[in-house]
Amino acid sequence: MFADYSTSELMSIFAMQGFAGLILFSVFVLMALGLAIIFGQMGVINMAHGEFMILGAYITYMTSNVFADYMPALFGSYFFVAMILAFIAAGALGMLVEWAMIRHLYHRPLDTLLATWGLSLILQQLYRTIFGAREVGVSLPDWLMGSIQLTDIVEVPINGIFVMTLAIGISIAIAALMYKSRWGIQVRSVVQNRPMAGAVGINTAKVDRLTFGLGCGIAGVAGSAFTMIGSTGPTSGQLYIVDTFLVVVFGGATSLLGTIASAFTISQAQSTMEFFLSGSMAKVLTLLFVVFILMLRPQGLFSLKMRK
Amino acid sequence: MSYDGLRSLLPKNDLLGFAVLALLLVVVLPLSLDIFRLNLVGKYLTYAFVALGLVLCWGYGGILSLGQGVFFGLGGYAMAMFLKLEASSPENTAIQSTPGIPDFMDWNQITELPWFWEPFNSLIFTVLAIVIIPSIFAYIIGVAMFKRRVGGVYFAIITQAVAAILTILIIGQQGYTGGVNGITDLRTLKGWDIRTDEAKYAFYFLCVFMLFVCLFIAQYVRKSKLGRLLVAMREMEDRVRFSGYDVSNFKIFVFCLGSAFAAIGGAMFTLQVGFMSPTFVGIVPSIEMVIFCAVGGRLSILGAVYGTLVVNWAKTTFSESFPELWLFAMGALFIAVVMAFPNGLAGLYNKYAAHHVEKLLGKKKGQSPDAKATVGTQGVAHERQ
Repeated sequence: MFADYSTSELMSIFAMQGFAGLILFSVFVLMALGLAIIFGQMGVINMAHGEFMILGAYITYMTSNVFADYMPALFGSYFFVAMILAFIAAGALGMLVEWAMIRHLYHRPLDTLLATWGLSLILQQLYRTIFGAREVGVSLPDWLMGSIQLTDIVEVPINGIFVMTLAIGISIAIAALMYKSRWGIQVRSVVQNRPMAGAVGINTAKVDRLTFGLGCGIAGVAGSAFTMIGSTGPTSGQLYIVDTFLVVVFGGATSLLGTIASAFTISQAQSTMEFFLSGSMAKVLTLLFVVFILMLRPQGLFSLKMRK
Repeated sequence: MSYDGLRSLLPKNDLLGFAVLALLLVVVLPLSLDIFRLNLVGKYLTYAFVALGLVLCWGYGGILSLGQGVFFGLGGYAMAMFLKLEASSPENTAIQSTPGIPDFMDWNQITELPWFWEPFNSLIFTVLAIVIIPSIFAYIIGVAMFKRRVGGVYFAIITQAVAAILTILIIGQQGYTGGVNGITDLRTLKGWDIRTDEAKYAFYFLCVFMLFVCLFIAQYVRKSKLGRLLVAMREMEDRVRFSGYDVSNFKIFVFCLGSAFAAIGGAMFTLQVGFMSPTFVGIVPSIEMVIFCAVGGRLSILGAVYGTLVVNWAKTTFSESFPELWLFAMGALFIAVVMAFPNGLAGLYNKYAAHHVEKLLGKKKGQSPDAKATVGTQGVAHERQ
């Protein structure tokens, strides 16, 4: 399949597809980070994660409309406001859900999966009722439009670069929060040994709620970023949920670094193959590859050595 | 089997349950419903096969598979491939550029029947394939997962990924599988028109018969030592392992059994509904099948049948009159069945109705809730990863 292309063309193809893969990578990372925190740290399967992401996307959509109608002068900066609002809204909903549902189900991980799936159905229908079944898109501010020409064939869109920067920035912030802050230490100690963490005076219920809220909030930000590169519909979140779970499991659920590494591997594999094969076969091969590796190495790429 | 053996397989309570279900499915429903509605019930019952398999895997074995749609689909597609080949005889497809191959292949410029379609010309091969192919597939997944002690949520996520892969593959390979429309326009089975009312009645009763065969197998597993071991494993896997059992083999067996049930259901589905499509394979239908099992009561094999009927009946009624409310209702059902009624309909029955029924039968009160109920409450409360 490579024979039809010259070497320089192949390099450019790899560069272009590699960059397209980087955008996919950013979405995966943003979604998977939230999921890795919730699943990896708390052991909760949140099937509604995609819907939290879409909540962020819809909030961004609404904010952009508000800015366009009332503050056209400030339109260039609406995205930052939208991102913060998306974080707060998704995080608040996440904490509410944790309080109402998840905290009763911590000892039944498979049941959280079913309950959150129910939640995702309800949210999807809610979005459909409020925003309609059609997909909505936001208009990008001027400074995010256009692209940078690198060589004759290779051209990178600015919104892609922005989303990528955002993904890197948020990953660093999360890593700092989990490994440098007092709160991160509390979260990790609750994960490792809940009764002992409680015994030394950590309010484990509160840590749980904040962790879940944080994970959902990041999903909201992911949704915000998602609007930069695609349109949003009530079921857009569901399309990504299986991929994202695979990213988290493949990376080794408890390791943030693993999550990022696996998001990178999966997105690059998929987007490079997409050029040579049909989109569906690329996806099938990628997923098969991941499932195969997981059968050989069930603990994922990076795993925390822990006595259970 | 001797009389005593039969009595231990079906104690009085279970016998009553089986008899009531048989009465309902064989006598009451066919007499009270027209053929259209009865055909719908038959379609619902095909999901009950899947739910039954899930009771064994999930309720007893603690293995939650979110990919049962895969096996349902494999069984259904195997049946559909046979029927499609029969419907695509050279006489029927004379107008195609290549007569004698299914119409969707012709539309996709395929000029020769692919090799994996060839064996489906034979009915005997097809019937065997319906049970064997999904079982082999389940065996491979099972060996790869359980021998490495992967279980719980990881298993759920991976089976879900398998469901996603198969759906994408079926939709993507339109020329070989019929794509998103699936395999449609099935006409005859060995020259016998499957679209007539007479055939629909026949398939309904065949479906009920097969369901009871599967129910008896499930009951046998439940009452056997294997059933006890499955429960023991779910509660405390390590202790069973330390007692000298190879835990993974039991899990693989029950997973294969569940997938074979699902595949039989899929084949029955194709026969009664007259087509098969990837909409019954993917992630969403697979999770819906879990909810049928959960609503019925994850520990009750008869509950699986009732749960499937109730949820699907509600789905049809709701989506006929309030299509928008259905997803809300379905979502609420998921949440309610997990949070409020983890033992489903069977749990409610054991709690509120069982002793009334027993009183009616003139039994002593002390004997009441059978082992199922006690195991049930503990089972859900102690579920482990």
